Amino acid sequence: MNAAVVLFPGSNREGDVASAIKRISGKTANIVWHADSELPSGTDLVVLPGGFSYGDYLRCGAIAARAPIMNAVRAHAERGGLVLGICNGFQILCEAQLLPGVLQRNAKLRFMCKEVYLRVERSDTPYTRRYNAGDVLKIPVAHGEGNYTADKETIERLEGDGRVLFRYVSPEGKTDAAWNYNGATNAIAGILSEKLNVLGLMPHPENHVDPAIGPTDGRGLFESIKSVLEAA
Amino acid sequence: MKARVTVTLKNGVLDPQGKAIEGALKSLGIEGVESVRQGKVFEIELADGDKAKAEAALKAAADKLLANTVIENYRVEVLS
Repeated sequence: MNAAVVLFPGSNREGDVASAIKRISGKTANIVWHADSELPSGTDLVVLPGGFSYGDYLRCGAIAARAPIMNAVRAHAERGGLVLGICNGFQILCEAQLLPGVLQRNAKLRFMCKEVYLRVERSDTPYTRRYNAGDVLKIPVAHGEGNYTADKETIERLEGDGRVLFRYVSPEGKTDAAWNYNGATNAIAGILSEKLNVLGLMPHPENHVDPAIGPTDGRGLFESIKSVLEAA
Repeated sequence: MKARVTVTLKNGVLDPQGKAIEGALKSLGIEGVESVRQGKVFEIELADGDKAKAEAALKAAADKLLANTVIENYRVEVLS
């Protein structure tokens, strides 16, 4: 796994995700500066980490989505390369139109920092092959703007094509408005691009990989990526 | 040359901030408020030149950055 973690001014989870990548793949991720125009050669995974790029000015992720490095990230995605956007990274992917839709202010206007339950909707993707469809994961979230919204046609297309990868659910794995903390349409927590190589999700799997800290439900995502890239 | 770009949420897009402001206005006793939608205004100073070109540039600015056209509409005005 040759990962590049893009650092924007105001990113703050780049260390967490680099540490998770190191723990699971044994390889050190390159931290790539937003103003660079190229990814390190051989990069096979690009991560846009969480945080508050540009202080969330204008709209969350809006300015980062227009940073010079994003042209290289777009080209990598177009070649079929893996791009993972977590939290602010998901917002950036939507603003960059690498994923459809938009992340709006949480329905109850509150910043949420807690553990949530996610259901894995399918296991035949580069990000979830080490999980089973229907698995319920306990993963932390920390965001004020994670309320996924898109027009009706887009939602229908995402659902119809099986591009909703993670959903907020109850501990038993049932969709229920009470467990859809941020009010996201159809309780969507993470979506894939058409070719399934770009994933954006609001929760932070990189924070649940170390048994010394607590649950390790996030490991499967990085183990999946590792197994896909090592098989390639 | 002064210009203004106004960005507003499309109809039907949930606006929790507008809702909160609406509630606050009502609790202040301001009468007759039926609903509030929050938007953004950008005041932009442009180099003097052709008005039509300025409008085209502002439109490009709004499409590329100032508005997220998935959920927002915008209006461009060249003021002077």
